Amino acid sequence: MAEAHPVGFQWVMAAKRRGAKVFHVDPRFTRTSALADSYLPIRAGTDIALLGGVVRYILENELDFREYVVSYTNAATIVTEEYLDTEDMHGLFSGFKEENASYDQKSWRYEGIGQNAATRDTETQRETAAGLEHESHGAPVNGQTERDETLQHPRCVYQILKRHFARYTPEMVERVCGISQEKFLELAQAWTQNSGRERTGMLVYSVGWTQHSVGVQYIRTGAIIQLLLGNMGRPGGGVMALRGHASIQGSTDIPTLFNLLPGYLPMPHHADHPTFDEWVDSIRHPGQKGFWGDARTYGVNLLKAYWGDAATAENDYCYGYLPRMTGDHGTYQQVLNMIDGKVKGYFLLGQNPAVGSAHGRAQRLGMANLDWLVVRDLFMIESATFWQHAPEIETGEIVPEECRTEVFFLPAASHVEKEGSFTQTQRLLQWREKAVEPPGDARSELWFFYHLGRIIRERLARSTRPRDRALLDLSWHYPTHGPSAEPSAESVLYEINGYEVASGRPLSTFTEMKDDGSTAGGCWIYTGVYADGVNQAARRKSRHEQDWVAAEWGWAWPANRRILYNRASADPDGNPWSERKKYVWWDPDKAEWTGYDVPDFEKKKPPSYRPPAGSSGVAALAGDDPFVLQGDGKGWLYAPTGVLDGPMPTHYEPVESPVRNPLYRQQANPTRKVYTHPINTLNPSPPEEHSQVFPYVFTVSRLTEHHTAGGMSRTVRPLAELQPEMFVEVSPELAAEVGLAHLGWAHLVTTRAAIEAKVLVTDRLTPLRVDGRIIHQVWLPYHFGFEGLVTGDSANDLFGISLDPNVLIQESKVGTCDVRPGRRPRGQDLLDLVVDYRRRSGDLGPHYPPQVTTDAADSGRDREV
Amino acid sequence: MPHVNSLYGPLDPALDAGYVDAPPRMGFFTDTSVCIGCKACEVACKEWNLVPESGLDLLGMSYDNTGALTANSWRHVAFVEQPRSVGWATPAFRDTPDGPPVSPETAAVGAHTSTDTGTYPGLPPGSPAAAARMSGGPEFLGMPGAQPPGRGAGAEGRTDFRWLMMSDVCKHCTHAACLDVCPTGSLFRTEFGTVVVQEDICNGCGYCISACPYGVIDQRKDDGRAWKCTLCYDRLGVGMTPACAQACPTESIQYGELDELRERAAARVATLHERGVPEARLYGHDPNDGVGGDGAFFLLLDEPEVYGLPPDPIVTTRDLPAMWKRAGLAAMTMAAATAVAFLGRRP
Repeated sequence: MAEAHPVGFQWVMAAKRRGAKVFHVDPRFTRTSALADSYLPIRAGTDIALLGGVVRYILENELDFREYVVSYTNAATIVTEEYLDTEDMHGLFSGFKEENASYDQKSWRYEGIGQNAATRDTETQRETAAGLEHESHGAPVNGQTERDETLQHPRCVYQILKRHFARYTPEMVERVCGISQEKFLELAQAWTQNSGRERTGMLVYSVGWTQHSVGVQYIRTGAIIQLLLGNMGRPGGGVMALRGHASIQGSTDIPTLFNLLPGYLPMPHHADHPTFDEWVDSIRHPGQKGFWGDARTYGVNLLKAYWGDAATAENDYCYGYLPRMTGDHGTYQQVLNMIDGKVKGYFLLGQNPAVGSAHGRAQRLGMANLDWLVVRDLFMIESATFWQHAPEIETGEIVPEECRTEVFFLPAASHVEKEGSFTQTQRLLQWREKAVEPPGDARSELWFFYHLGRIIRERLARSTRPRDRALLDLSWHYPTHGPSAEPSAESVLYEINGYEVASGRPLSTFTEMKDDGSTAGGCWIYTGVYADGVNQAARRKSRHEQDWVAAEWGWAWPANRRILYNRASADPDGNPWSERKKYVWWDPDKAEWTGYDVPDFEKKKPPSYRPPAGSSGVAALAGDDPFVLQGDGKGWLYAPTGVLDGPMPTHYEPVESPVRNPLYRQQANPTRKVYTHPINTLNPSPPEEHSQVFPYVFTVSRLTEHHTAGGMSRTVRPLAELQPEMFVEVSPELAAEVGLAHLGWAHLVTTRAAIEAKVLVTDRLTPLRVDGRIIHQVWLPYHFGFEGLVTGDSANDLFGISLDPNVLIQESKVGTCDVRPGRRPRGQDLLDLVVDYRRRSGDLGPHYPPQVTTDAADSGRDREV
Repeated sequence: MPHVNSLYGPLDPALDAGYVDAPPRMGFFTDTSVCIGCKACEVACKEWNLVPESGLDLLGMSYDNTGALTANSWRHVAFVEQPRSVGWATPAFRDTPDGPPVSPETAAVGAHTSTDTGTYPGLPPGSPAAAARMSGGPEFLGMPGAQPPGRGAGAEGRTDFRWLMMSDVCKHCTHAACLDVCPTGSLFRTEFGTVVVQEDICNGCGYCISACPYGVIDQRKDDGRAWKCTLCYDRLGVGMTPACAQACPTESIQYGELDELRERAAARVATLHERGVPEARLYGHDPNDGVGGDGAFFLLLDEPEVYGLPPDPIVTTRDLPAMWKRAGLAAMTMAAATAVAFLGRRP
């Protein structure tokens, strides 16, 4: 965190000044470790084993916050008899379908519920990254469940969880992660002791957790711990994602993703959602508890915001104009499609995939096979000059004179040169004023898209073709100002907020939205940010002039609520768990919820309320159901549906690993997204043969001195000089083994690429003892590319493409490689070296490890010990 | 007691420089125990003061690619990797299958790599032996029980490790030798008690460079003029915080009235001692030290030499009066002898 988020780290330091104990788990000793009280070196890609160890520690020692767990989580809920665990199935859950390597989630359901409301088959869910849709709301499940509040029923979630994690012992943690038992126990004790009535603990993660083929399950394991310890919905608790850029949270709320529309409404699928009603019903799931019951209203308002007067009840509010998904349109599929000539044009806005995305060579070859490419950036980045300077020129794979892609480079305004909002990880919107005019031709994204839309609409004005109606009917009226006709960002915020169509009055809360077309709003969860016609995100009342919740600084969605599910900060009877952690509570005199924050509960619903049988939606939420967007109102220790790779997290090895999975026969995530494309070959891993050709684990991350793919830092002198060269960090033990010298050269080889880097031999890297073997890990910064003041080979070139099945995030935090002394070969020799490694690793053609690991593969070794 | 010529001992430098009603003396307290090595101070300094590039070289001295304070780097973050324990923390590599530590050797390699920075004297040429010694922590002097815990873990490999980071800067001495020797008046004492070079008056004589006991001030080869931290004199005048302190995310660099900073620093040392960090100590805070106390002082977690700081700096002009006195005396004696020789001559 000190390394990649130094400004946020000031609060860790502030806590440390007050006596907080800081633990840091990382494959390498970083600037964060330097300030931590305990540093735990871990083998990259084994966090579920570590966290699973903590889950077991909590359950075996009964350290869970029992009252919270019984009332607010699904610990007591009974699961059907058909469910079989990984313990019984060699690392697979019940319902696995060999033919398409996905799960039929039917057997994971709660007892007494006929079928999960999940309608789409899991294959389609994986193709469309459907897990993402659950970021703000639970997956579909029926509200009324069978429960055993003594937690003794053998099929209650609590007991299932206990059995599932029974083998994640401190010994197993040591064996899988390379973390000593003593250090593990120090961590587990500190975490559990800092939770309960009087204390809460927060979990902060970043892309070191997400960019794995089991990325979503990493977070799930963290969430399970936080639920068991009662750390959700309470002050000082929660699971917080540190984003990689400003407003990444905003870019999922108002998404730049292929499968989502604003406010976490799913992008319609051509087969599953042919009509508006079918689309709406797939979101609200009739019979389910919670606020998604009003999905129709949110959908109508979005369509009204898009198409204004043209959107009417008669034409289903122009639902037909919405694009439809036909499958996987994610960034990696697009790149492979470019290589295959199926994609003709591409917009890149503030993104540098030639350096920043996994498998850099595939990215560059894809972009070299387009008709046109538009790059909007602050500097001339690698993704704009690949046709001229890419490493593939040297190898003859791209010939500048013949490269067919026409590149349009448009200079972009930086964040200080345009107005707008940032949404950070707490869902807080903070308005940003323009400080200076952008130089020369540089313009904001808002300017670019507004005028692009305006010009296209002008060109099409006389068109009579039906396919142009969606563009021509758009509501595209934003006031502009200044010499360059910059659109007003506040007018966009107003539209996002929503308004009464007749009067234009801005809405104050999403409950004011109507499903009859009389209101319009671009993102229902943001409604209220422009309440009373005031830009609430621009509020800057000092924290010294208000209470510690600071509700008048910026604006948090939804409804300016700073902590979600804060009903859980009070006990089932509505009283605060403790005076120290008082936050939101039931006031019996006024008969309403009150507190420091906006209660995340119906204001007048008493804690004792129990819904009548057969009710659904908000009315079905009981007075002690704090997780109001979940189908059963409870926090999910066990996910009966919605998570595509299992109802509970399980340790699988990374797709490329030098180690056989010590826990199960199944080696890697069986449901991971695999791209079988000739360019995307993968290194073999045990139990396959030849995995020893790539004996070392490599991991990549950031340096404080640079930003992501380097476009904003390698181009800036005072930053470039602070980390002026690509380097690889190795332990003294590996340096001795391979023959590397401090400040000498080394090159790293995978089946995709070979890159070179200067060597930093440092005590900050350590070998680990894993399952009786010594495992060496190396670390690389991923900032370097071939443009800018300082250049170097790109670490991301080493990776292949393997994705998590839930959200299609790539596994770009761990892989295997070989490390050799000296510089890499050039030209054709470089290609020959990589080909030679492919030959030695067993296969000259594209190689894909099997998704399901079979007994035969292990030659009869029994892993289930 | 201050020296009669104000060249030594505690005093208020602004008052001494002739300011009437000077504002309180301002300075930096750099608490290295909370430094996270982000180098925001280096960048903020360069941006505000328009300091040019200081070279695109990988120095191999851990994450330090700046090397030293030069005319083109007015803040410098030092990184020291040490195979020794941090008082408060669990040993970083306990139970891992490591070999012996390599930090001293890599520091020795790194110490060789300094290249021409376009400034003079620029980066120090580097002393591999000294670098190796320093990154190994304080030397074992053979006294019984002087071995810090965790040192010499030897056979079973390294267990203890710590990474020290420290943002270095001009010390703005109470007795600033650079200023005392400046023949043009380019270096002057501000009303805040800080020491500033006026680049339009500097004639490039370089006297200040050899005078500085810390090796801070440095000249650019292209124009020959001397440059160093101004403690953002142009910001202080309008009540702003210097750029580096403003940018520091963890309050490692604290700016304020020196008296108050000294109190704060003493309290911080006491807290750290309480929390099991006995190695915490202040550097440059004492008005009775060889430079009369620094306007920019530090909380360190090891001996000053480990961070590349002189252990006992003394203002190089301290003995000037005595030297002049002796020289004068010698001259008088000579004159007297000559006179005697002449007077004593028989007619």
